[in-house]
Amino acid sequence: MHTILSKETLAPDVVRFWIDAPPIARKRRPGQFVIIRISEQGERIPLTIADADPAAGTISLVVQGVGKSTKALNRMMPGEQILDVAGPLGQPTHIVPGMSICCIGGGIGTAVVYPIAAGVKAAGGTVTGIIGARTSDLIILSKELSAVADPCLITTDDGSVGRKGLVTDALKHLLDTGFAFDEVVAVGPLPMMRAVCDVTRPLGLKTVVSLNAIMVDGTGMCGGCRVSVNGEQKFVCVDGPEFDGHQVDFGELAARLRAYRDDEALALEQYTQRASV
Amino acid sequence: MAKKIGQKTKTPMPTEDAAVRRHTFGEVALGYSAELAIQEAARCIECKNMPCIAGCPVEIDIPGFVRQVAAGDFDGAYHTLSLKNVLPAVCGRVCPQEDQCEQKCTLGVRFEPVAIGRLERFVADYAAAKSITNGAGVHPPTGRKVAIVGSGPAGLTAAADLAKLGHSVTMFEALHKPGGVLMYGIPEFRLPKSIVEREIDSLKRLGVDIRTNHVIGRTFTIDDLFNELGFEALFIGTGAGLPHFPKIPGINLVGIYSANEYLTRSNLMKAYRFPEHDTPIVRGKSVAVIGGGNTAMDSIRTALRLGAEHAYLVYRRSRDEMPARAEEVEHAQEEGVDIVLLAAPVALLGDDRSRVRTLRCVRMQLGEPDQSGRRSPVPIDGSEFDLDVDTVVFAVGQGANPLIRSTTPDLPTNKWGYIVADPDTGVTQKPGVFAGGDIVTGGATVISAMGAGRRAARAIDSYLTLIAKEQS
Repeated sequence: MHTILSKETLAPDVVRFWIDAPPIARKRRPGQFVIIRISEQGERIPLTIADADPAAGTISLVVQGVGKSTKALNRMMPGEQILDVAGPLGQPTHIVPGMSICCIGGGIGTAVVYPIAAGVKAAGGTVTGIIGARTSDLIILSKELSAVADPCLITTDDGSVGRKGLVTDALKHLLDTGFAFDEVVAVGPLPMMRAVCDVTRPLGLKTVVSLNAIMVDGTGMCGGCRVSVNGEQKFVCVDGPEFDGHQVDFGELAARLRAYRDDEALALEQYTQRASV
Repeated sequence: MAKKIGQKTKTPMPTEDAAVRRHTFGEVALGYSAELAIQEAARCIECKNMPCIAGCPVEIDIPGFVRQVAAGDFDGAYHTLSLKNVLPAVCGRVCPQEDQCEQKCTLGVRFEPVAIGRLERFVADYAAAKSITNGAGVHPPTGRKVAIVGSGPAGLTAAADLAKLGHSVTMFEALHKPGGVLMYGIPEFRLPKSIVEREIDSLKRLGVDIRTNHVIGRTFTIDDLFNELGFEALFIGTGAGLPHFPKIPGINLVGIYSANEYLTRSNLMKAYRFPEHDTPIVRGKSVAVIGGGNTAMDSIRTALRLGAEHAYLVYRRSRDEMPARAEEVEHAQEEGVDIVLLAAPVALLGDDRSRVRTLRCVRMQLGEPDQSGRRSPVPIDGSEFDLDVDTVVFAVGQGANPLIRSTTPDLPTNKWGYIVADPDTGVTQKPGVFAGGDIVTGGATVISAMGAGRRAARAIDSYLTLIAKEQS
């Protein structure tokens, strides 16, 4: 049982929680995630650890309410308990001290990229940041990322804040104006990660992506989160969640992410009806 | 002096009708009544040699509890049983008694053996119905701390034995519910989860502290358990837990599962009750399960209960080589499973949404025996055939989950990743670390894991006694 200590809305349907989880807070390294369950009937879902305070024994989760589980979670209040939280899971980000990276966050992906940026900065590296979203309301964690990434560019599809355009436009601009990086770290919707990889592949610029496969146990025993990377089978929960983006079969992952689309819609519909009563 | 031989065949077990049960998750075997139990227990001829005891991996006093059942002393029978078995309701349901105690039964030499498994289940269920708790005495506290990693059958048995010896036992479980394969692997209709929970409660009453959502290797490493948390010995019973997928085209199409995922969704996460429970599962109309062991049987019978109209079990060898319990295969056939023998998958094909639609197989013939002694299947060229399916479950064995191995560099494992441990004591090459069950042997049975837990507990107790002496 893990108490919710604080709750903050970062954007429509996007909530940041700080929760009590001392062993996880102490052990956690950038790039890792937890698997949580909010009720006895609930499903197990993975969420990136966006931040942690080892001294206070707390971790931060940024949740986008998409389906029933995340929407129900986002309605929980400080003082309430999350039933199950297991972690930290996954391979930590491979950080080379002093490395220079370009961190690109698309939508909720910024919450995944932020801890990586913070980790690289803490290891003496340099971070250039790009945050992208459809519109200004959906830009999150720009203050936090700017504190560790300089410069930190913002792009919106509609130009309501920052540069009008896609994150790939901003990346190309940086590369054209002479920025050089050891690697690019890109996290966001699959089409966005794929698009970034398409830009960097011909340049031979290493690009790390963080994948959000559907998971059940999160410890490598079920194979539900399997992906193809360079034709080999990998499990996102124990081999990832970060992989070489140039080698990932994004199309296959996209199809697997749609496996329960009808069931998810049904669950959400029933939840919405009950919640509105 | 042995008794006279009476009834020569086992008292039949009341069983749920196949047409009914293939659609429900209720238990198939309904259990003996008191009268049937006494009738069956009376068959024991009380032979002098008692070979049944040697056939039991946890050394239950079988003639003892059977005699008590025959006399109607069910409370006494439960006491005798629980002295040696912390999970009698589990074993009575899932042990392959036909390969163990019943295989050794003296009566079974000429006639059918005493139905020891059915009697064990009867006694355990009787005790639960009457809320009798395990009254076995507990030694005074020793003050020594032991960690058990993994709450499956091996860990549960080691934990119970060590707690009874007075040690302070903490159990760490990665999932949100304890029980390991008893919870996530074996279906509700073979082993009700309420029964598993009840058996585990008896452990908590012994003082065992069970911490779920603790992934050892991640939340704490093995060294953290010693150095940070002050444990003096630990037992690793983390199970096999690494699914095998064949390298064939289409293996990642939607609707293709490892048996671990399929069963975990259904059993642990109760996907069979979606949307009342949130975890979904593909409810295929035409399901193929690849494999011939108990896990394959559990998978295919689960598929039927999830609404499959066609159920294929595809196995690469012949019926005689199938490792599954005969009783499970019979139940499956009664429920309408189509057993496709001497066939193996070569490809999976899907539709335009990447959902599996076809399982392409090749016919096999049996060649020379391999290391297990079973004849090796060899594909017959040009014999490919297709099965129309929308769900495929691979139950073709498991490897060693790498989480502990990769985070404990000084704990030797063999070339397949299993922990190297002495089979009689569970001693590993890392001081203070013991191991048993599937993480040592590869996929085996609940009861053999329990036996390993028992043997390791004995060795850990000796080890802790030694530490105590050295410190005094």
